Amino acid sequence: MASSVTTAGTGPVFHLEEEHAHAEGSSTMLGFWLYLMSDCLIFAMLFAAYGVLGGNYAAGPAPKDLFDLDLVAVNTTMLLFSSITYGFAMLTMDKGRVAATQAWLAVTGLFGLAFLSIELYEFAHMIHEGATPQRSAFLSSFFTLVGTHGLHVTFGTVWLVTLMTQVARFGLTEANRRRLMCLSMFWHFLDVVWIGVFTFVYLMGMLR
Amino acid sequence: MPDTLTKFIFGRLTLDSLPLHEPIVVATFVAVALGGIALLGAITYFKLWTYLWREWFTSVDHKKIGIMYMVLGLVMLLRGFSDAIMMRLQQAIAFNGSEGYLNSHHYDQIFTAHGVIMIFFVAMPFVTGLMNFVVPLQIGARDVSFPFLNNFSFWMTVGGAILVMASLFVGEFARTGWLAYPPLSGIGYSPDVGVDYYIWALQVAGVGTTLSGINLICTIIKMRAPGMTMMRMPVFTWTSLCTNVLIVASFPVLTAVLSLLALDRYVGTNFFTNDFGGNPMMYVNLIWIWGHPEVYILILPLFGVFSEVTSTFSGKRLFGYTSMVYATVVITILSYLVWLHHFFTMGSGASVNSFFGITTMIISIPTGAKIFNWLFTMYRGRIRFELPMMWTIAFMLTFVVGGMTGVLLAVPPADFVLHNSLFLIAHFHNVIIGGVLFGLFAGIAYWWPKAFGFKLDPFWGKVSFWCWVVGFWFAFMPLYILGLMGVTRRMRVFDDPSLQIWFVIAAFGAVLIAAGIAAFLIQIVVSIRKREALTDPTGDPWDGRTLEWSTSSPPPAYNFAFTPVVRDNDAWWDMKKAGYARPLSGFKPIHMPSNTGTGVVLAAFSVALGFGLIWYIWWLAALSFVCLIATAIGHTFNYHRDFHIPAAEVTQTEEARTTLLAAQG
Repeated sequence: MASSVTTAGTGPVFHLEEEHAHAEGSSTMLGFWLYLMSDCLIFAMLFAAYGVLGGNYAAGPAPKDLFDLDLVAVNTTMLLFSSITYGFAMLTMDKGRVAATQAWLAVTGLFGLAFLSIELYEFAHMIHEGATPQRSAFLSSFFTLVGTHGLHVTFGTVWLVTLMTQVARFGLTEANRRRLMCLSMFWHFLDVVWIGVFTFVYLMGMLR
Repeated sequence: MPDTLTKFIFGRLTLDSLPLHEPIVVATFVAVALGGIALLGAITYFKLWTYLWREWFTSVDHKKIGIMYMVLGLVMLLRGFSDAIMMRLQQAIAFNGSEGYLNSHHYDQIFTAHGVIMIFFVAMPFVTGLMNFVVPLQIGARDVSFPFLNNFSFWMTVGGAILVMASLFVGEFARTGWLAYPPLSGIGYSPDVGVDYYIWALQVAGVGTTLSGINLICTIIKMRAPGMTMMRMPVFTWTSLCTNVLIVASFPVLTAVLSLLALDRYVGTNFFTNDFGGNPMMYVNLIWIWGHPEVYILILPLFGVFSEVTSTFSGKRLFGYTSMVYATVVITILSYLVWLHHFFTMGSGASVNSFFGITTMIISIPTGAKIFNWLFTMYRGRIRFELPMMWTIAFMLTFVVGGMTGVLLAVPPADFVLHNSLFLIAHFHNVIIGGVLFGLFAGIAYWWPKAFGFKLDPFWGKVSFWCWVVGFWFAFMPLYILGLMGVTRRMRVFDDPSLQIWFVIAAFGAVLIAAGIAAFLIQIVVSIRKREALTDPTGDPWDGRTLEWSTSSPPPAYNFAFTPVVRDNDAWWDMKKAGYARPLSGFKPIHMPSNTGTGVVLAAFSVALGFGLIWYIWWLAALSFVCLIATAIGHTFNYHRDFHIPAAEVTQTEEARTTLLAAQG
């Protein structure tokens, strides 16, 4: 800081002569982290609700009757792959390669869509079997927790397409890099939440 | 066929939804409508729409947004207080077989609306407005971290307020109490729109509150002037930081729990139902995990106000700055460990109750430390009994009583007697009025000259002060007594005529408070008319200690021509003592954010979305949701969100101030 402070004569310094550099977007990463943590709390509440209600089958189907672990494993793989490819997109972004960045973002989006499609198939299958969200508190909390995660992935995908359009139109500018960083954090955050869902809902559900 | 079409277009909204059978509501509507038409007509007549839109509604200036929050709080205070005095009147006359003048359907809405409005749309906007206005000035910043988000947050809060106000005239509000416990708030027992109004008003406003919390945390962490280390921050900034941490760490819980309640009502899930494995008790736990931190969100910034006021008007550095900061942080943490004391009687068992009883009592230790710090700051100080200091002293006397009854309620066996009684009502009004409201009046009187360049009229301020303080004691001490006698809350009629005298005294207190509110409004009008006589050209009317007093009143759009360098806790006091001279030349262009109307548009779509969901007008909900997302995405395509104030303009502004100061001699 001392270098930017002018020392006119020997008197005390009360203000900066040069504009104090608050680079545009200098708070964005912190702000986005804080948003993610607030979102994390929403998930924490949904996990807590599932923890309380997850065993209340109301004489309806239980996890063992419903979950298809193979399908969930494939689904988990899709989401984990999408996180890796997002990482590749960020690496190419760092090197300033627009086309490669766009390509990796597109691959990420496709993995995201695959994840969503499998999840929708799973939901449709369960509802078809009569395991609707209204059937029991267990199913209410299951559909809400997993569905909220799915809604986040949907939102992330819309955001991804928006950012790809903006990168295509304006290039990898400072602002666009910052936005890609934010979406990166969002995407990896959803990955972490999914690992919680996979473990807590699916794996432990099969043990109940 | 036309019937299906009407249903499609209007959902469950019919002509019967208008409360034409309630003469009180109709009269209110007529009054509000006439007043509204007069106001809109006046704005049109004086051609103020462009000015308001350009200079205020779309402004991203934290000072203007702060002032708009305060206006919102004041308007909603009038609504919330109308509810209060209606309840006081009803309870004062509903004896000896009299039904009073409010039917139960209406009365239940009134006590729910009173609580919801006072907490979410009076106290929250006031507190957020004060933080918005003061914090960037105190830390030597030119704006908040995310100026557009700030504007958006404000309009979302307004959106929530609009939905609550709409419920008065279109349909009805919840009849569940301000926290809408299920199963009463479930679709089975509350099939009407009341609870839906409640849910969507709070969800819309909650988005604004959470984002504003994130914004202010970033501002305080990232935008402080050089030299202002954490332990050199003014205490108000510290308490604001802790408050916003609480907001970000608790409002998502409210969002989640209200979403689950909405799912139960709209989709038919079983989170909080009595059958199919639902658990209503979980709602009570979750909502209080938000609800208890919420009360500290309200009071902490005012603890900051009292610290600033006490120190300034005693002419002394605050006693025990470090302990004040630690006390605030400890309260912040402890506020998460006490939620269960709101329902000791609901069967958690002795061990759990003991834990939460003890943590609750522990909170009184840091709070007590604060009271002693203020007392020691006053000790041997040269105290000036200006209006803000009077409110502070009234706070100390009143709040301590409220704190002690709080400790009393924290004892689980005592709580089994007092739970849900008027003793509880007296307790939390004692701390919220005696703490939050008195603090707001202190803060308004203290910072008003900073915001507008002239002081508030002291005579009408003192009238308001005495009416409020005396009125408070008359209104709520009887409730303590009634509570100890076992009278429960939310009663509409009473059988025992011996209780009536206490309710009459309480109603008298409410009338005094009404006079206090009227005097406050008169004070504002009188002050504006006498602004020449009350003017303060120095920008430092109270011989202040923190950076906001170093700039002009009202501050220029850029706050500080040069970013200040901080060397001490009381930065401005230090500058004055060390022979600070205002820089008169060398001004540079200043980088500032541009105004935008996107916040207003997004909030308007959110209100439409909420309205569609409340009345089952699905096309409106879907349409406004799509528009909401599209507008938000469209906004991100605007990369030019800032501009530079040219150096010449800065020079001009600063030279005008130099002339003004020179005229003072």
